[in-house]
Amino acid sequence: MNFFESLLTHSPALIVAVPLLGAFLTPLISKINDKIRNAFVVFIVGLTGVLISMLSYDVLMNNKMHNYVFGGDSALIMPASGESFAVRIIFAVDGLNAFMIIIGAILAFVGVIYSWHFMKEHTGLDKYYTLVLLMIAGMLGMMLTGDMFNFFVFLEITSISSCALIAFYTNKGKSVLAGFKYIVISTIGALFILFAIALLYGQYNALNMAVLANSIQFNTFTDKIALVLLISGLGMKAGIVPMHMWLPDSYGQAPSSVTLILIGTTQAGLYALFRMVFTVFGRHITSPIELTIAGNNILAGTNLNSIVGIILVVLAILTMIIGVMMALKESDFKRMIAFAAVAEIGYMVLAIGAAFFTLSPSEITIEGVQVTFYSFSQAGQMAIKGGLFHIINDALDIGLLFLVAGAIYYVTKETSLNKLGGLARNMKFTTIFFIIGLLAVSGMPPMNGFASKLLIYESIYLINPILAIVAILCSILLLATFVKVLHSVFLGPKIPKFDEVKEVPASMLIGMGLIAIVIIFFGLFPNLILENIVQPAADALMNYSAYIGGSLL
Amino acid sequence: MIYQIPFIAVAGLILIGLYAVIFKRNLIKIVIGITLIESGVNLFLITLGYRQGSLAPIFTGNPNVDKAMSLPVPQALTLTSIVIGVAVLALMLSLIIHIYRHYGTLDVKKLAKKEADEE
Repeated sequence: MNFFESLLTHSPALIVAVPLLGAFLTPLISKINDKIRNAFVVFIVGLTGVLISMLSYDVLMNNKMHNYVFGGDSALIMPASGESFAVRIIFAVDGLNAFMIIIGAILAFVGVIYSWHFMKEHTGLDKYYTLVLLMIAGMLGMMLTGDMFNFFVFLEITSISSCALIAFYTNKGKSVLAGFKYIVISTIGALFILFAIALLYGQYNALNMAVLANSIQFNTFTDKIALVLLISGLGMKAGIVPMHMWLPDSYGQAPSSVTLILIGTTQAGLYALFRMVFTVFGRHITSPIELTIAGNNILAGTNLNSIVGIILVVLAILTMIIGVMMALKESDFKRMIAFAAVAEIGYMVLAIGAAFFTLSPSEITIEGVQVTFYSFSQAGQMAIKGGLFHIINDALDIGLLFLVAGAIYYVTKETSLNKLGGLARNMKFTTIFFIIGLLAVSGMPPMNGFASKLLIYESIYLINPILAIVAILCSILLLATFVKVLHSVFLGPKIPKFDEVKEVPASMLIGMGLIAIVIIFFGLFPNLILENIVQPAADALMNYSAYIGGSLL
Repeated sequence: MIYQIPFIAVAGLILIGLYAVIFKRNLIKIVIGITLIESGVNLFLITLGYRQGSLAPIFTGNPNVDKAMSLPVPQALTLTSIVIGVAVLALMLSLIIHIYRHYGTLDVKKLAKKEADEE
């Protein structure tokens, strides 16, 4: 085995280990020189990015699943009694995981580059970079792990480090309050998740997601409680509406570079929600199979799809409408973008939730045994693809808008829309980036937001036209919101206070430029992305038995 | 009945904790509520680790013991969860110190009012 192959084999572990070790080396390197420290952090995140692209390329292109078991060859151990059970921690990487870590890599890399100048004037940067790297390690761990308890540990690593970063400006009372709100909500969410994990462990003696997916019977009341606790706990982390109130505060108060990575952690929560619903409870929600032998109906799974679908769609509609309405009336730039982020999460949940209604049974008879299995219709598959594609697009669009808001805060020390104006004269590049972000977030043609939103509209129109109308309406309102921002911040009369304002430093422009290029690239070649990245992820999501088979070999 | 007592304690602890988090106005009491929920969940994990009639998972090499040993996974999980809980608790209390320095109060309603006045 040559060096490259062994690197690839170990890459799932290295993707988490490199930023984790880098985090604890940062304070030491910080003693030498600030520039060397910044370069070191960029190097660490860049190295993680290289590992991620290697791993994702292999998973997505060769359509194969990577498993990394800590401390052994297989997750299962077989003691003398003959029974096999899974105790080892496993990182199982299929198409969906590979898709998510790509998002994580882009956000982390841009966030670190942007920090170089953005945070320059602050003290305590050694701690800042340590926490940023810890947060990246936790986020990537959440996206990679195939073990329920390990997921909880990474969730808490992410919560603790991001809470400390949200409260980074400890001289501002509001930041500290936002940090406190975040830690309270995320700890309660994490404890719900831990309780659900304990309930599942108590019944099935397993923490491994694949083993659980294989053995969950869904015939006891505790299974239902576990599902409800998992959906509500992960919904808190993902910022779905009744649990969204922490999100505008923490997105608004954190430094912009941190907000960018926070978007990634929120998406990781959303990913976990989909993983639980589609894979761990997959047999009972997305792909129940019924066997009829000689007239006796043996139900191998409980068909839950419509109830889970209704819950997800209602939550999604609420998320979209409330997010957009709050964004419209908000006068603080960053909080407005944060509410737009809430609304965007609604689109993904809507697309995935609506797909549940398209599950239809088909019957085949094998040797007298009548097998009924359910599968997504064409529209449902398209909705799932659209929803997944929108995850990456939303991360980029909202991220770009936050970076622009950060750039404006950097030069003016102001985030209130009422006090800003006429900045387009002095900040040409930032204005261009803002217009790109604006068009992308409201789903206008040449940008990536259009590609995914069109897929969502088309598919949910086939499922239920009213849902599509609500989605389009919310998109138009988002456009209205950001056109208002464009007018009041960048256009309009000159304000004497901002005469001396200059364009932001190079590293911030590079950060914004990188995301803008990716946005335009995705917008111009949506089919390339859909076929190569989104399709394998959607396939992985819809086929829970491939996950079980792939990770228990 | 005797085996149900831990589960009743778990439910009690979690419900009291949720009550404190939702209805109490003092930030310190909210933090106490969170630690109560956490203790409840930890107690639940530990309780799951016990199987009736099994031995503690300590390997002594004694060939005469033919009883089953319980798997020590829940204990390991609880230890991890306690360590995480301590970190979260420390972070929350340090944030409370900062909040008190800024606003001079820990009452949720007064804090919301002062936050709104800051504009």
